[in-house]
Amino acid sequence: MSTALPLLEVQDLHVTYRAGGQATAAVRGVSFSLARGETLAIVGESGSGKSTLANALLGLLPGAARIDSGRVRLEGDDVTRASERQWQNLRGRSVGLVPQDPMVGLNPTVQVGRQIGEALIQAQGRRYPGVDADVLELLEQVGIDQPPLRARQYPHELSGGMRQRVLIAIALAGNPRLIIADEPTSALDVTVQRKILDHLQRLVAERGISLLIITHDLAVAADRADRLLVMKAGQLVEQGPPAQLLAQPRHAYTRALLAAAPAFGQRTPPPFRAAADSAPLLALEGVGKAFQLSGQERFQALRDVSLEVYAGQTLAIVGESGSGKSTTLRIALGLEQPSAGRVFFAGRDVTGLGWRQFRPLRQRVQLVQQNPFAALDPRMSIFESVVEPLVSFGLMKGRALEQEARQLMERVQLPVSYLDRLPRELSGGQRQRVAIARALALKPELLLLDEPVSALDVSVQAQILDLLAQLQQELGLAYLLVSHDLAVVASVAHQVVVLRQGEVVEQGAAAQVFGAPQSAYTQELLAAMPGRGRLSGTVRFFVCGPLTACRQAGRAVTR
Amino acid sequence: MPFSTVLDHAAPASSVAFEHVWRPRSRWQRVWLAVAPLLRKPGFVLALAIVVFALLAALAPGWLAHADPYATAPLAKLASPGAAHWFGTDELGRDLYTRVVYGARLSVTAALLAVGIALVGGLGLGIVAGFAGGRLDTVLMRVIDVMLALPGLLLALAIVTAIGFGTVPVAIAVGVGIVPGFARTTRAEVLRIKTLPYVEAARLGGASWTRTLVRHVLPNAWGPVAVLATLDFGAAILATAGLSFLGFGAAPPAAEWGTLIANGRVFLMTAPWVSLLPGLFLVAVVFSVNHIARTLEENPR
Repeated sequence: MSTALPLLEVQDLHVTYRAGGQATAAVRGVSFSLARGETLAIVGESGSGKSTLANALLGLLPGAARIDSGRVRLEGDDVTRASERQWQNLRGRSVGLVPQDPMVGLNPTVQVGRQIGEALIQAQGRRYPGVDADVLELLEQVGIDQPPLRARQYPHELSGGMRQRVLIAIALAGNPRLIIADEPTSALDVTVQRKILDHLQRLVAERGISLLIITHDLAVAADRADRLLVMKAGQLVEQGPPAQLLAQPRHAYTRALLAAAPAFGQRTPPPFRAAADSAPLLALEGVGKAFQLSGQERFQALRDVSLEVYAGQTLAIVGESGSGKSTTLRIALGLEQPSAGRVFFAGRDVTGLGWRQFRPLRQRVQLVQQNPFAALDPRMSIFESVVEPLVSFGLMKGRALEQEARQLMERVQLPVSYLDRLPRELSGGQRQRVAIARALALKPELLLLDEPVSALDVSVQAQILDLLAQLQQELGLAYLLVSHDLAVVASVAHQVVVLRQGEVVEQGAAAQVFGAPQSAYTQELLAAMPGRGRLSGTVRFFVCGPLTACRQAGRAVTR
Repeated sequence: MPFSTVLDHAAPASSVAFEHVWRPRSRWQRVWLAVAPLLRKPGFVLALAIVVFALLAALAPGWLAHADPYATAPLAKLASPGAAHWFGTDELGRDLYTRVVYGARLSVTAALLAVGIALVGGLGLGIVAGFAGGRLDTVLMRVIDVMLALPGLLLALAIVTAIGFGTVPVAIAVGVGIVPGFARTTRAEVLRIKTLPYVEAARLGGASWTRTLVRHVLPNAWGPVAVLATLDFGAAILATAGLSFLGFGAAPPAAEWGTLIANGRVFLMTAPWVSLLPGLFLVAVVFSVNHIARTLEENPR
């Protein structure tokens, strides 16, 4: 094995997109090699060219893209200029792909068993009698329970994690020697993510397959790969084993990426001191919510949740999908009525208030939504979006409104000239800033943040979290944050509530919950966090939490 | 992507000035920004020119044709197209080009009236059904299903027979015939947009349902509906012309595109231009409107 050629060898690869007379270089002189059985991770932000590189390795470059120079060798064969026919033989049999989004990666009208069968038949080149048995075996191998039942189900009947497993089974069907996983788990919950990646790695190790992981999440990459490649603007800026890369990043960009990743970052929540006699701004007391399903069935989405948010404080609700964290947020906003318990805002009982009665309170509570791409009206200019609440409440007009819009843009650190733009002319991070500006327009005391950074790149996440922290210090805002990302929570929250299947598993100060988790579930969540334990310094968060003195102690430990 | 980079480059140079003088762009500036790129497409410009010609002909036919549409000239009857008579003349020696131009008034007005009725009726029904939901939605949609089950021209024929002949009744009949399509499209769009995060954000920002409807739902639902309106404008011209051809529309000697085409069918062998040229003109207008609709659909906003 040691004398054998590397499985994949890329030499000075250049890929350029040409459209409308303009050429954009997406990959600029990338060279690397991948040995048999090795796991390699390519890390970079959106637009760094990592997906283009993956497509080039699969022969799936779109028509507008061309390989200008360089060479790709797969098992010693030059496939740089391979024809579509040659690629059809290679794909599946030599190179397999685990695509990014398990929600759209499967054909919704075909049973999953048949989709795996198709891949098997494609790989064998013909239909053969044992297909069904092979499908079941593959399903079992990727860790799906009851394979005979699952094989007959349609994709919409499976959870995201199971769909991702099916996609892995399809990639494995051709018995490839290389699997390219393009952001394989970014759409999944942490615990599911960990199980799937563990499983994929074990399968790959058992079969001696090489794995190429493409991700924007440095933490995931560091956990999984033997070697990391950091990509920026189409070029490899640094490569090396994770331990070395994380401990002594040589390139400034790697350092920036490391600092930005919530899992490795230095960020801690701004100090919080509750005034001695202050009453909570928002309080939920024993709130429960049951949804009436068809007939007599009831689904208990939330059970006996109590929490208090004080001015200037960040309370985070952590949980996986289906844990009821979004329902809690909607109840706090008055969008849903709790079926049990009471909601108080600034000492006033707001349970059961209609939209009209709740409306005056809207000036004091605002929401920042999860997906900045859908949170802004695509036909409204940024100016119109930002000042809309002020117009709705009839608070300002004309010049005063324009003045206010300029100030809000400065608050969220966007150029004033952006006010004329439309949402589609802005990046995700910029749109989220606009959404924050809109939420701030009414000068609320409490902001509800619904997964405010989950749709963004890791480095952009850091900028938005910084902005939120800064706003909290300047304006004394209280935040109620809902997130599934523990790294994000650890970097901003003072108080944490851990939810599981609608029930509070653990609740308390962030330092306490993360430093000495009492429940098994919290421990499991913490263990599933990507990047945990990679850097001795990361432990710091969970030991110390928001206290400054502690933070310095943590540093001392790191060095 | 190229667009934003251009702006990014422009920003530093002018940002200092911007900070102090920034004001929202006026409506006209924004319309111009949206329309300017389209005007660089030759096909779109040609289609626009033809449609503008048809509209102008409907408003001020005297500007486009100087002859009298009703002046007969027995000596020049069934003259072939030439310098004197661009589209030739009909069996009474009337200039066909002039008659086509003057015919636009009845045809285009009828089409506009029909689309107007469909827009008001369809948007209204669609919004009510989409917003109210529940039983009202079910009832309205069943009625619309029944209307959709009837062929449009048959429905129009029935309505015209009931309310009388003439251009306006024909327009009303055609308009009612295309209401169901509008209602369906509007309802689907309203249902889709009602659940989007930005609508929720507006509601949380204190906007009433009316305000949300006017500011968010309608403008965003408008796109597909506007495209449907332009498409149906062509269909309405055809349907009115069809009904006129069958003799339900304008009574002679009034010029109307459908009647003009119908007139010529007697001389199809000897003087094909009498039917052909008005017919081609009608086709050109309908194609142009469809092309504009298609372009707007491909370039939202």
